[in-house]
Amino acid sequence: MKQDAAEGTEGRAATARADVVLPSLGFFGTLRWAWTQLTSMRTALFLLLLLAVAAVPGSLFPQRPANPAVVTQYIQDNPDTGPVLDWFQLFDVYSSVWFSAIYLLLFISLIGCVVPRARAHFRAVRSTPPRTPKRLSRLPVHGTLEVPAERARAAGLTPSGAAEQAAVLLKKRGYRVDVRDAATDRPSVGAERGLAKELGNLVFHTSLIGVLVSVAIGGLFGYNGQKVVVEGDSFVNTLIGYDSFNPGSNFSANRLEPYSITLDSFDVRFDREQTSHYGQPLDFTANITTQDGPGAAEEQQVLKVNAPVTIGGTNVYLVGNGYAPMVTVRDGEGNIASEGPVVSVPSDGLYTSLIVIKAPDAKPDQLGFVGFFLPTAFVDDEGVSFSRDPDPFNPQLNLNSYYGDLGLDDGTPENVYVLDTESLTELNSRNNDDGGIVLGVGETYDLPEGKGSVTFDGLRRYVALDIHHDPGEVGALVFSTSALLGLTASLFIGRRRLWVRTGEHPDGRILVEYGLLARGEDHRLSGEGEAVEKLLADHWLVPSGTAGENSVQETVPTAAGTGDSRTMTKDN
Amino acid sequence: MPQPVNAELGQISELFMLLASIAYVVALIFFVLDLVKSSTTIGTLESGLASGKAAPERSLAGVGGRGGTAESVPSSMPATADDSMDYGAGPRRGAARIAVALTVVAAIIHGSAVVTRGIAAHRVPWGNMYEFCTTGAFLVAAIFLITLTRKDLRFVGSFVLGLVVVMLCAATVGFPTPVARLIPALQSYWLIVHVSIAVASSALFTITFAMSVLQLLQTSREAKLLAGRTDTARFLRLVPSALSLENLSYRLNAIAFVGWTFTLMAGAIWAEQAWGRYWGWDTKEVWTFVIWTVYAGYLHARATRGWTGTRAAWLSIVGYLCIVFNFTIVNIYFSGLHSYSGV
Ligand code: HEM
Repeated sequence: MKQDAAEGTEGRAATARADVVLPSLGFFGTLRWAWTQLTSMRTALFLLLLLAVAAVPGSLFPQRPANPAVVTQYIQDNPDTGPVLDWFQLFDVYSSVWFSAIYLLLFISLIGCVVPRARAHFRAVRSTPPRTPKRLSRLPVHGTLEVPAERARAAGLTPSGAAEQAAVLLKKRGYRVDVRDAATDRPSVGAERGLAKELGNLVFHTSLIGVLVSVAIGGLFGYNGQKVVVEGDSFVNTLIGYDSFNPGSNFSANRLEPYSITLDSFDVRFDREQTSHYGQPLDFTANITTQDGPGAAEEQQVLKVNAPVTIGGTNVYLVGNGYAPMVTVRDGEGNIASEGPVVSVPSDGLYTSLIVIKAPDAKPDQLGFVGFFLPTAFVDDEGVSFSRDPDPFNPQLNLNSYYGDLGLDDGTPENVYVLDTESLTELNSRNNDDGGIVLGVGETYDLPEGKGSVTFDGLRRYVALDIHHDPGEVGALVFSTSALLGLTASLFIGRRRLWVRTGEHPDGRILVEYGLLARGEDHRLSGEGEAVEKLLADHWLVPSGTAGENSVQETVPTAAGTGDSRTMTKDN
Repeated sequence: MPQPVNAELGQISELFMLLASIAYVVALIFFVLDLVKSSTTIGTLESGLASGKAAPERSLAGVGGRGGTAESVPSSMPATADDSMDYGAGPRRGAARIAVALTVVAAIIHGSAVVTRGIAAHRVPWGNMYEFCTTGAFLVAAIFLITLTRKDLRFVGSFVLGLVVVMLCAATVGFPTPVARLIPALQSYWLIVHVSIAVASSALFTITFAMSVLQLLQTSREAKLLAGRTDTARFLRLVPSALSLENLSYRLNAIAFVGWTFTLMAGAIWAEQAWGRYWGWDTKEVWTFVIWTVYAGYLHARATRGWTGTRAAWLSIVGYLCIVFNFTIVNIYFSGLHSYSGV
């Protein structure tokens, strides 16, 4: 598109230079030309389809905002293609230069489209319906009626009176009406309806801009963070309270309201009835106590999946859960080096969970453990332990132990769920003489070489919370709702123009002629024609049913030849 | 406390599903028979015409309906349904009538299967792939039948029923799932709203997809005839003109597009409740967006010079292919927050 534009202008400029008589497009001319191109329907269509295509790669490649670790892994696994893909921002599709360029151009085009249309619509709303065409029988839907002379005389009906009455009827039907030439012998009514179609279209397109702006506001001023809370523990909404935190680009920490949430208990229910879905989760319920800031009253609340709790301008979501075994580690000197719940990470539906325990305070050597937590441990034929149920019927820890420098002291941030065992010395593992550590609840294992001991004291559950603040959310909802309403109006309202012209035959009959024209697609136009004819016919008690789509020649005689007798039959 | 599922009723539902499939297949056979029969009728008439020479063209045009092939198409093209697709005064089509009757029977059995499934599970029957497919197929059949009460679309009957049968086979062979309760992530009113509208819109898109394919075939045939070449695809004489197919599928697409817009919005609201953000470019969200954009493109194309007709039809087809892709490949192979849909 752009290239076309450039070529076009160059071509024109060259012509201008060659032939001085031709006015050059000039800088503003070029701008104007580019603007016309950008706001053309064809460009809008092209950009829309381009946007659809551009969105696809985001579903094919892992995306940084959602899965940063997966992206890193992907680049490591594909050292040849990974960096190239990264250069093309294929791991950040929705914030990439090219994706942004497409939607920004689309929205500029949109504004360029909406503004002139809104102006035109404003003018259309304030002006009277367009003037009556000379020959109504040329319109796609048209027909005639006539009021017999006796009836017209009895009712004192004149052509202008008939036009006035038609105008009143049409107005009731939702038309804007305008009676013209009332003083002449050929008065007519111009009527129009369905201006809301165009209004709907404008509302729809404008609302899209509103949605985009709302999304941007959310991105600028919002934030979200994650926090794991073990039963009995609390979370306080401050920056250091979070495990991870993603601020919007204009975030400032003093926006956080220091409320607190305590997890009193977490109830889980699994399916126990059905063999096919045995052990599938049925219900997760977190019972929490919230406090709207220090000193505020405490409140008991229930937090469930699909039912967030709103507090302090944020929404708190239950997004995950698992087990936190209580573990006490004693060091070689007999002192407690670490104690308390350790969060394990479930890796399947049976809660086979990875666990890492670090005891940097252990002396003389720091101690580390890596292994599995199994809620219901079983041993298979090959001697491998696995979990058979998500509920803790036979909780068991399977650990390897290490000693040495855990590498925590140099201050670099460490993932608490990973233990780098490369620089450590192995104490226990399935593969060495001392074997792995297997612990049931209440059991203690003494480490080899007098390095200390580890005790499995008990079990707690934990919940993973997502905490979000999005100031654009309400706007996005409001604008997308108005977009939906506008769209519906735009697609299903018919915009129609209708004219009625009346006249008097020398023998006293009042002739009424009408015609309809649709703007845009309107498959119900002929139905509307029939309805309007019936409306008028019923009003003057004459037979209807003469509407035609360019078939007036055949139907008119029937109507015109209608005598009183027939009218009466019909009315009876 | 939710009640336990009723496995016995679930099995009855599966039996109904099987019976419905069989009835659909028989109906499908009758729809095909109708096409074959009608085109032989035309063939005979035509050869009779060739020998009778000066027979007026009009009578032929009247074979199917009121012979309204007005748009730039030679009037010697009969159509089973005329271009208004209203029921006309054409000859009785016995096979088509049987086919429709069988479809009604099949849809009733199918509907009972869907309802019993829901009762067995004590929830709406759209919580996993099996249920999306079976409920979706039911809606395709139901919407087709509802449209039939207003417009004579029997000419797409074999196409639509073919898709219904494919969907039912995919459900029973590809994603068999016994009745079960919903996992917590799916326990939401938004499941009812979001998925039902999504399935209904997809069902409408299915019908317009069939019409767009026919439209393309018809367009190329019309071009051939105008160029004076012989007509090879005889069955297309039973189908209305390309222009009327385009107009009707536009109307249905417009309804489906509003539905899809609502699906997208309801999905965003649900995502906000479940995951804390209304939009996160999850795989499923990406494809819902792509589909929405393609159909928005379709609506624009209908208002853009040079893009109506064939190009618009292609966009409608591409949009539908995206829907199929979103429903099959994305649900099964792509990981994402939505991948709990029970495959
Ligand atoms: C964000 C991008 C856009 C989207 C998602 C979009 C979507 C739509 C949709 C769904 C319709 C059909 C419903 C209706 O008639 O209101 C429509 C119609 C229309 N759009 Fe857009 N649009 C976009 C941008 C634009 C732009 C940039 C233009 C101007 C060049 C434009 C001009 C129109 C016009 C003129 C119609 C009316 C078509 C008719 O008369 O049927 N749109 N748009």
